[in-house]
Amino acid sequence: MEHIRTPKVENVRLVDRISSKKAALGTLYLTATHVIFVENAPDTRKETWILHSQISTIEKQATTATGCPLLIRCKNFQLLQLIIPQERDCHDVYISLIRLARPVKYEELYCFSFNPKLDKEEREQGWMLIDLSEEYKRMGLPDDYWQLSDVNRDYRVCDSYPTELYVPKSATAHIIVGSSKFRSRRRFPALSYYYKDNHASICRSSQPLSGFSARCLEDEQMLQAIRKANPGSDFIYVVDTRPKLNAMANRAAGKGYENEDNYSNIKFQFIGIENIHVMRNSLQKMLEVCELKSPSMSDFLWGLENSGWLRHIKAIMDAGIFIAKAVSEEAASVLVHCSDGWDRTAQVCSVASLLLDPHYRTLKGFMVLIEKDWISFGHKFNHRYGNLDGDPKEISPIIDQFIECVWQLMEQFPCAFEFNERFLIHIQHHIYSCQFGNFLCNSQKERQELKIQERTYSLWAHLWKNRADYMNPLFRADHSQTQGILRLPTTPCNFMYKFWSGMYNRFEKGLQPRQSVTDYLMAVKEETQQLEEELEALEERLEKIQKVQLNRTKVKSKQSEPSKHSGFSTSDNSTANTPQDYSGNMQSFLSRSPSQGDEDSALILTQDNLKSSDPDLSANSDQESGVEDLSCRSPSGGECVPSEDSGKDRDSDEAVFLTA
Amino acid sequence: MEFAELIRTPRVDNVVLHRPFYPAVEGTLCLTGHHLILSSRQDNTEELWLLHSNIDAIDKRFVGPLGTIIIKCKDFRIIQLDIPGMEECLNIASSIEALSTLDSITLMYPFFYRPMFEVIEDGWHSFLPEQEFELYSCSCDEWRLSYVNKEFAVCPSYPPIVIVPKSIDDEALRKVATFRHGGRFPVLSYYHKKNGMVIMRSGQPLTGTNGRRCKEDEKLINATLRAGKRGYIIDTRSLTVAQQARAKGGGFEQEAHYPQWRRIHKSIERYHILQESLIKLVEACNDQTHNMDRWLSKLEASNWLTHIKEILTTACLAAQCIDREGASILIHGTEGTDSTLQVTSLAQIILEPRSRTIRGFEALIEREWLQAGHPFQQRCAQSAYCNSKQKWESPVFLLFLDCVWQILRQFPCSFEFNENFLIMLFEHAYASQFGTFLGNNESERCKLKLQQKTMSLWSWVNRPSELRKFTSPLFEANNLVIWPSVAPQSLHLWEGIFLRWNRSSKYLDEAYEEMVNIIEYNKELQAKLSYKYGFLKPEMHSPCLKFLLLWFL
Repeated sequence: MEHIRTPKVENVRLVDRISSKKAALGTLYLTATHVIFVENAPDTRKETWILHSQISTIEKQATTATGCPLLIRCKNFQLLQLIIPQERDCHDVYISLIRLARPVKYEELYCFSFNPKLDKEEREQGWMLIDLSEEYKRMGLPDDYWQLSDVNRDYRVCDSYPTELYVPKSATAHIIVGSSKFRSRRRFPALSYYYKDNHASICRSSQPLSGFSARCLEDEQMLQAIRKANPGSDFIYVVDTRPKLNAMANRAAGKGYENEDNYSNIKFQFIGIENIHVMRNSLQKMLEVCELKSPSMSDFLWGLENSGWLRHIKAIMDAGIFIAKAVSEEAASVLVHCSDGWDRTAQVCSVASLLLDPHYRTLKGFMVLIEKDWISFGHKFNHRYGNLDGDPKEISPIIDQFIECVWQLMEQFPCAFEFNERFLIHIQHHIYSCQFGNFLCNSQKERQELKIQERTYSLWAHLWKNRADYMNPLFRADHSQTQGILRLPTTPCNFMYKFWSGMYNRFEKGLQPRQSVTDYLMAVKEETQQLEEELEALEERLEKIQKVQLNRTKVKSKQSEPSKHSGFSTSDNSTANTPQDYSGNMQSFLSRSPSQGDEDSALILTQDNLKSSDPDLSANSDQESGVEDLSCRSPSGGECVPSEDSGKDRDSDEAVFLTA
Repeated sequence: MEFAELIRTPRVDNVVLHRPFYPAVEGTLCLTGHHLILSSRQDNTEELWLLHSNIDAIDKRFVGPLGTIIIKCKDFRIIQLDIPGMEECLNIASSIEALSTLDSITLMYPFFYRPMFEVIEDGWHSFLPEQEFELYSCSCDEWRLSYVNKEFAVCPSYPPIVIVPKSIDDEALRKVATFRHGGRFPVLSYYHKKNGMVIMRSGQPLTGTNGRRCKEDEKLINATLRAGKRGYIIDTRSLTVAQQARAKGGGFEQEAHYPQWRRIHKSIERYHILQESLIKLVEACNDQTHNMDRWLSKLEASNWLTHIKEILTTACLAAQCIDREGASILIHGTEGTDSTLQVTSLAQIILEPRSRTIRGFEALIEREWLQAGHPFQQRCAQSAYCNSKQKWESPVFLLFLDCVWQILRQFPCSFEFNENFLIMLFEHAYASQFGTFLGNNESERCKLKLQQKTMSLWSWVNRPSELRKFTSPLFEANNLVIWPSVAPQSLHLWEGIFLRWNRSSKYLDEAYEEMVNIIEYNKELQAKLSYKYGFLKPEMHSPCLKFLLLWFL
């Protein structure tokens, strides 16, 4: 590749994020798609893979006696600090990565070279896994009130909308086109979700071009049509998800919001979710908190509060809850918009759908939800997640926030979701990885032009293939929590929203719980299944024997030795913290500590003496851990998510304290 | 004293009880000597059965003839009673006030409680020091049991039996006791079988401003070191606080006199600072405003998690010295009855697998808290709602339980007990029908004749029916040292305690139940399978088994 100035640098050190005293010596490779660091340690040869598209920023820091430090921040919240011995090499790596991390053409992205060794048919089938027309059928459409409209065939009306759209039956093409002219980027009101139990619907659009006084008869008719499509209610809610001030400011630019006087029977409601710039800065601030080296509790909580991140999450949730309640309890239809109707609107519609419909809480249903509210309705993935080099002001963690909302709900309703936290994390990873074609481009139209489905693979098929890894063991289709609407408490629960360290600190394994209940239960369930099968086989065998016995024939005892029973026992494959694995380490500590303990400890503990708090303990306490990371058990994980390999290293947690 | 004197109105009808997450209930309120009971008239079931000693504070309000009493409990629950009639309301309020603040311990409920269950094992004898010594140090001949404190004369807050280095005689112990705060001479707290290193604990040395020293003290703690080894003294106070203590006759070990020891100062807060932290935290948790930012800033301002972090960090450091550095340690603060015990007991949770079992944890509480003289009576007299500023209340034990919960959260499969076990211990430390947490030390407990007059908490807990509730289905014995993370990202608010009454736990309880079902079903299948394999054995030809086989199929 012409952009790689130096493909290989030796004697590079990868600094441990938490304990700067610990660094791994190895070789750095630059390839067309990845940055790869391979440790020298002969027994592990641990590899860290970073996709270029995951790189968010690269920072060259001041050269020190040990070399030239290079800080790589990733969009999946991994942070890599490398020390490169020669300034020149560092500069070459830096310049190369700057270019590699900011591709200018879609064709440079990984998905165009990624080949999972599937044939054409398998690829096509993969793309067919999620089918939106099926989804609308599942919602009960078309029916007496809603019909499929071909008004946007060939993207004639709105280029950021899909071609297949559901609109009220009474909305003629004339009304739709008229309405579209009165809406930002011609994003006219269209159906997002239909609650067939009571005919209430969630529709979405962009803001009206109302300015201070403009009106549009067709737009008014359009809203009227939405209201009429729900015979159970004599009004619709119009929810503007922006703060009122922002919406008012838009009026000066000829945009704005619906005037209740002009539209018959609407109830207008502002729900203040901040714009993409506020969200980008908020995430930035929160990540700074996550990056702090040994922060105090106050530093952390204060920084978290100051970032405003959880406040924004709550605002999105509140909007979703409001809409879900309007639909389910008031049986009223809701039209949701923000400015362009592709960020906040997508967040809010999908949260509301998730609360209303258990289908979206299943593995496949969740893929459908993202496909529907995000991909098909023209959420600008390319701009928001910076897949191609572009305006940094367009970047914003909008879908990250939605994914976090789902996690927050999972924490409240542990049995309600078919999928687990890992599923969310892997989706987040792949939104940025550009390894699959699903999230490329800014609209359906662009994807079609690029022939994404013929040239790349679908993430959904990949996730579906590995679905065993993404199952929530607590989910049961017949569980009461699984059914119907998720009802959040009516009392305000600020404490409900928590910092998601599993996402934002996910590469700091030491900060995560050392034993995962989810993984444990998954292993138990897997074993249970095996036991069931074995039991069935055994029963068949016993039945045969019984017959034989009745015929007074002898049975050889040889054949009937219990199969390796202990082979399945939970302790074997689930806890993973067996002392055997560990004794190796244990020995080395023992042989070290008695003789050298004095010196080592004197050094460290004296430092400790000087400061009242122990800066390293948060790192050190990591060491023995007692428990090997359960994620190494997971069969998929690392396979298609190379950077996750970094989490697979079992020995990295070893005594920081002693090697220091 | 007759309780009847305090109860002017024993019974009021048409009282309405309000609790979060429950519909209001109308019923009859009854006051007895130890309980406040409300039973709804409809179906004669009691809706509320509250120990007076669980009441932390009450407020009363009047709107016309309707009086309202708001009862704030030591377990942080807040309930409201609407009582018709001003006089009745005032009577009830004053009775509750009097009954919840009885001066005399012997009037407390444990002295009146008659158990309705069969005692399988008397908890008062479940954890005898001699047995514990056997369990922990049978392999070593460097330690002995000393009965020097038999009459509580040497140290009033120590138990009659303590473990000390074998080479130190009782006479020396008496001398050391005069050099240590409260007579708390260094004793063995924990013996790490893996490498023979130990945790000792004591009160601060009484060096005073003129640097007094005590040869026997130096000899005693040096006797715990093996040849050529050095140890660490962890002072749970900051250096400044420790220096200030000299003015009051206290102090710390001077390097010159303890050349084989390296001193580390940490700063774990004590007394009213912790109490205020608890008050602020509970206030924040009860605050029902919409503003997200206020919640986090209030959580931060309470400093509760800061205390958790500091205590855990110190305990990890202690465990690290023992297990990683192969060095013995001595831990003390001022008295050696609060922060010292937090650190010694948490270090054992980290180091010692047995202390992560139910029985082992009970033994730990018995040894490191009850026998070690943590003044439960003083510390747990009041909780987060009390207005009167008394000097001795402090949620030291609750902080310890919270730290255990933090470790349990990080290692959910390494503990035999679940969160409910910790919550239960918290409740009983503050208000209980059992005598276990009464008194401030063994000496007081002896004088109160608790063993004869009250029931031990362990007698109740250690019955299969109760144990079932407290056993974690996830437990898989883990013989390793477990190192928790003490980074802020890893420390969480203990919702099971602090948000217990402010949020519905329905969905979380259902999840727990589901988890139990998954594991139970697995075990059931395993049992079934091995049972059936039994039929394939040669003995199956015996007619009896054949019969069984036929019957089973």
